[in-house]
Amino acid sequence: MKRDLISAADLTRDDAVLILDTAEEMARVADRPIKKLPTLRGRTVVNLFFEDSTRTRISFEAAAKRLSADVINFSAKGSSVSKGESLKDTALTLEAMGADAVVIRHPDSGAPHRLATSGWIGGSVVNAGDGTHEHPTQALLDAFTMRRRLVGVDAGLGKDLAGCRITIVGDILHSRVARSNVHLLTTLGAEVTLVAPPTLVPIGVESWPCEVSYDLDAVLATSDAVMMLRVQRERMNAAFFPTEREYARRYGLDGERMARMPQDAIVMHPGPMNRGMEITAEVADSPRCTAVEQVTNGVSIRMAVLYLLLGGNEPALTTPARTEESK
Amino acid sequence: MSKTLIRGAKVLGGEPQDVLIDGETIAEVGTDLSAEGARVIEADGQILLPGLVDLHTHLREPGREDSETVLTGTKAAAAGGFTAVHAMANTFPVADTAGVVEQVWRLGQESGYCDVQPVGAVTVGLEGKKLAELGAMHESRAGVRVFSDDGKCVDDAVIMRRALEYVKAFDGVVAQHAQEPRLTEGAQMNEGRVSAELGLGGWPAVAEESIIARDVLLAAHVGSRVHICHLSTAGSVEIVRWAKSKGWNVTAEVTPHHLLLTDELVRSYDPVYKVNPPLRTEADVLALREALADGTIDCVATDHAPHPHEDKDCEWSAAAMGMVGLETALSVVQHTMVDNGLLDWAGVADRMSFRPARIGRLESHGRPVSAGEPANLTLHDSAYRGVVDPAGFASRSRNTPYEGRELPGRVTHTFLRGRATVVDGKLA
Repeated sequence: MKRDLISAADLTRDDAVLILDTAEEMARVADRPIKKLPTLRGRTVVNLFFEDSTRTRISFEAAAKRLSADVINFSAKGSSVSKGESLKDTALTLEAMGADAVVIRHPDSGAPHRLATSGWIGGSVVNAGDGTHEHPTQALLDAFTMRRRLVGVDAGLGKDLAGCRITIVGDILHSRVARSNVHLLTTLGAEVTLVAPPTLVPIGVESWPCEVSYDLDAVLATSDAVMMLRVQRERMNAAFFPTEREYARRYGLDGERMARMPQDAIVMHPGPMNRGMEITAEVADSPRCTAVEQVTNGVSIRMAVLYLLLGGNEPALTTPARTEESK
Repeated sequence: MSKTLIRGAKVLGGEPQDVLIDGETIAEVGTDLSAEGARVIEADGQILLPGLVDLHTHLREPGREDSETVLTGTKAAAAGGFTAVHAMANTFPVADTAGVVEQVWRLGQESGYCDVQPVGAVTVGLEGKKLAELGAMHESRAGVRVFSDDGKCVDDAVIMRRALEYVKAFDGVVAQHAQEPRLTEGAQMNEGRVSAELGLGGWPAVAEESIIARDVLLAAHVGSRVHICHLSTAGSVEIVRWAKSKGWNVTAEVTPHHLLLTDELVRSYDPVYKVNPPLRTEADVLALREALADGTIDCVATDHAPHPHEDKDCEWSAAAMGMVGLETALSVVQHTMVDNGLLDWAGVADRMSFRPARIGRLESHGRPVSAGEPANLTLHDSAYRGVVDPAGFASRSRNTPYEGRELPGRVTHTFLRGRATVVDGKLA
């Protein structure tokens, strides 16, 4: 039985489908007048954020509160080292306070993995984004959004994303969202294509289970979903691309490009958007863009993850036996 | 005069012989030597090697005595079969003046476990801007001949050229830490498949190879000698092989860990595997072994880099780079080179004693095991099998990547100028 959610690569197809199905149940709670379940009453969830991310933090906070958990927000801005307190001591402190789950956001790749494997802490660890490594709950909410839109809310229950063609565009090199999505979407049967200038594709990408293209226009017509990643303007200063305008021209999604996508294809963005950079306002505000929906779905997904990890009698994220039954 | 008879030792892996030590020198090597008046050590087929010489050791003193001191570091060296180590210059203060190198040299003399040959910094404060007083360090009692900014690359081509030229006056050598700084900004591990997945900043092979290529050309141009520290890639091997084929005065070292470990281990995010240059791929490991076997790489150097526990008991990016290596070096070399037939024990003597002593111009180390030579000797039980337990290390630090791993062989005795520094596997 898994106790932590560190990497999307750790999820089997059935684990992932169970999380998506559970998230559908959680989404229904959100439609009620009282948006609250008693499931995690008396449990403590700590949001341990070493990096500013109000969006992700409040999403986890809302998720935990809707499940009636006690939530502690621990904001340790800057690196643990510059702060003078080590990750280890912070972890031991949280352990002493009786944290049942620690949701960690950290600027260093691998920090959640260390937290979960070092023996510093007994509770569950949920990776809320680590450096340029992974952001598994973002990938889950992306997959949830795709399943709802491309397969159907009810029709999608129990199903994966087999046959869906997903294109992820932007700064793949520095993107934890891209890494988690490549793992999860391929696990769910989707075909993934990464699009970026060659400078923003990692050396070693050839071992990833996806295609890589340097040409956005070449893949638009065969994309059921196009996910635009935020591109930081500072990257320009490190010569990853010449100018913002050139980036936007070659890799930005505008109305003209969107029109060449299949009719029911969607545009996704994990936010926050750089309007005018990777996405134009016209596309961002169009009904095909799911950016706001993704935020809503994020709460449902995080409820599902916390519920499955901490849900008492329920097996967390399925045991092998459970995997067999759910087929 | 105290005498010791080592009976039945395979000298450099050859037929069992007796070796009689009288005072500070080897008196006789032969069969059925008389034990009269001598303490007898039954070697029983163990391998007798010339005392090992390390070209690359971080003893941390002065400045970081919390991780190692000259005394604890030389104890670790003796335990690992070393009789001479080169103490790297990246201390606090940096060993960039005659005063600091003499201090380190004196601490080595006082320790008595292993000779300490200080390495001098190439540039003031290892900053790569201004040549340190290389001549003064050479003329000091420390007699420095090896200069290195190790930990940092002498990346300015003009400074490197001048250093190479300048040390010719006293037969010095510049030991380069080959790392192009711009290509390795934020680097955390080898750049490749694993770094792509783990999202850790990449340290590309080309950052090492481009500096080596430049420096062998510079050394050839000014007619000096250059030594390449901790070679870690297959491409670096090719460049050194090419330079040697030209007859240029280039030498190179490889660390034990680069002969055994790969970047796959970083998947654990356990900083015990964090080291600079980083662990590379299987293909690199195999190329390094082959190059050490054929002599393209001259020697094994430990890059023994002690760090206190807290500097490794943290997240990967915050952790210090480096591994201790003195006490496991010979076992790793046996495992990666000898047990698979790539190198015989005479080869080990060459790569871990003769050649590094010659590169460092040490006169009383790396000598043949024969009558009249200084009695700097290491007796190694190659049949032993044991699990590495850092709790038993003589080093003050425990940051070994081999904890819990079974490695072959152990040093049973070490002699420094006839005096036993290790007896039956324990420090004397």
